[in-house]
Amino acid sequence: MENQKNWMKIAVPVISVILGLLIGAIIMAVSEYDPIKAYGALFQGVFGGSYFLGETVRQMTPLILSGLAVAFAFRTGLFNIGVEGQLLVGWLASVYVGVTVDAPAVIHIPLAILAAGVAGGLWGAVPGFLKARFQVHEVITTIMMNYIALYTTNAIIRAYLLAPGERTEAVAKSASLKSVWLENATDYSTIHYGFIVALIAAAVMWFVLWRTTTGYELRSVGFNQHASQYAGINVSRNIVLSMAISGAFAGIAGSMEGLGTYQYMTINAGFTGVGFDGIAVALLGANSALGVIFGAALFGGLKIGALNMQSIAGVPTEIIGIVIALIIFFVACSYLVHWVVNKVNKGGKI
Amino acid sequence: MGLMDILAIIIPAAIVSAAPLIFTALGGVFSERSGVVNIGLEGLMLFGAFTGAVFTYYGEQWGLGAASPWVSFLFAMAAGALLSLIHAVASISLKADQVVSGVALNFLAAGMAIFLTKKIFDAGQTPVISERISKGDIPFLSEIPLIGKLFFSNAYSTSFVAVFAAFAVWFVLYKTPFGLRLRAVGEHPMAADTMGVNVVKMRYTAVLLSGVFAGLGGAVYAASISGNFTHSTIVGQGFMALAAMIFGKWHPLGALGAALFFGLAQSLSITGQQIPGLQDIPHVYLLILPYVLTILALAGLVGRADAPKAIGQHYEKGKR
Repeated sequence: MENQKNWMKIAVPVISVILGLLIGAIIMAVSEYDPIKAYGALFQGVFGGSYFLGETVRQMTPLILSGLAVAFAFRTGLFNIGVEGQLLVGWLASVYVGVTVDAPAVIHIPLAILAAGVAGGLWGAVPGFLKARFQVHEVITTIMMNYIALYTTNAIIRAYLLAPGERTEAVAKSASLKSVWLENATDYSTIHYGFIVALIAAAVMWFVLWRTTTGYELRSVGFNQHASQYAGINVSRNIVLSMAISGAFAGIAGSMEGLGTYQYMTINAGFTGVGFDGIAVALLGANSALGVIFGAALFGGLKIGALNMQSIAGVPTEIIGIVIALIIFFVACSYLVHWVVNKVNKGGKI
Repeated sequence: MGLMDILAIIIPAAIVSAAPLIFTALGGVFSERSGVVNIGLEGLMLFGAFTGAVFTYYGEQWGLGAASPWVSFLFAMAAGALLSLIHAVASISLKADQVVSGVALNFLAAGMAIFLTKKIFDAGQTPVISERISKGDIPFLSEIPLIGKLFFSNAYSTSFVAVFAAFAVWFVLYKTPFGLRLRAVGEHPMAADTMGVNVVKMRYTAVLLSGVFAGLGGAVYAASISGNFTHSTIVGQGFMALAAMIFGKWHPLGALGAALFFGLAQSLSITGQQIPGLQDIPHVYLLILPYVLTILALAGLVGRADAPKAIGQHYEKGKR
């Protein structure tokens, strides 16, 4: 039984990805595109050279962090749809520190990332507090907080940090995660040191959840609030804490954009999508740190590969959005997979 | 500038912005009242806007003239129903997490709409339609002194259909056996089942209705406000409709009021520059107002908003 459970943990995401890609191929075939050529181009666009690899890693970096954010909250039984908003405030905080503070890189970079984490954490703690204090469902409040973040960050940039081109000034060199040698090594891709931060964050999440008392309490609240309460765990405190830590991961994801990919923040007309993709990443990765890294690699790869797919096979990049949506559906409907497996097992008397 | 002039700027603009929100929020009321969370309203609305823009364009090509947008509404309603069927199958039959399924639906709708736009028109947006919903005075009503000028002249007919629809939905939900069953399924599915109500069928119906209404809301947006469909046509209106539904306490008339109020906030953020006194209020406060109010409402600071009891829960026969 235990064995079968572990096996299912891997089987559900793998089957979902295969089904998602398969239906994507059918959609392409129906729309008169060549799916084999398209997926060939996609594969080429991920593994076809060090440049593509560098781009994929750059794309993965914020996805790992936003995936960790969603996964961490899930572990406490909370659904953080507000990663997008927490990411935006984190992005702004990191850029603000990057632009205004003057310090050597060893201090400046951690300080800017810390600022992002704190900003995101505070933004995430608000829905956590509302849930703990007023029993307001976090899904709705986090969605509302997303829009508040979007409009507020835009207004702050416009009022205080505006530079030509509807954006902020670029961050100081001492706050930048840019790496000349990594860029050179990957054929001038836009890779930056951020992936190290993301990997450290994944290790931190694993450590906090599985090796500390706090993590034990957080997971316990996720399994059963009432039992946790009875065992003397402060449920309200853990809900706020979980949302704050989740928000901090999301905020740091924002600093990856601010200090790494863009070096500045633009006035955003809409959301980046990184936060919503984090939901897909966390689901696919079964809310574990390692799973999130794999999930981010897959979706990051798909997104980068899609660009090549468009230029070589002429398929619009949106097909990858459709495939990702389908994968989420299939993972969410794992009930179906379980049901089929159970039927087969009963029939075959295993 | 007199008060009447100010109101004459604000109110018609508010009603225009509100119409798509009203339809979509009503869709949300159906779904959530039956116990199925529908975060997918945004996606359904987006796909409705796409379908509406495309079929209004084709309607013009087919020579339907001024009827084109109205014909496109039918297509958008059908498209919304079809798309919401995925949400229904996943979250009712396959017991997927309803929020996750809704998120996936948003991804899917955005991907499909833009994919199809690129496939059909070979461009990032649909052609701009020329047959928009026309503005006009409503006969008789527009001649009422004071109110007539504010509410009934120079307005889109779709706005009045939206207001009418809210009352119709109220009637269906509160004055018919169907509505009673739908609400029962959302409050206590087991009790409803015991009384012979088919829980699964009711929930499917409710989710499909939410698709119909949200699709219509999107199409109305395309035909009255945006005039075509691009990737930035529907950015958050669906979520705002969701907020309106909650602020309206999951009640059709409450949703109507909230949608009108949010429409007012939206229109103030656009027309506010022309109005003395409002010029000094930064734009951003009006933009975030609907969302802040919704949070406050949920926290019980602006009237308590309680969700249907069984919302988000799967129903399994025989489960205690």
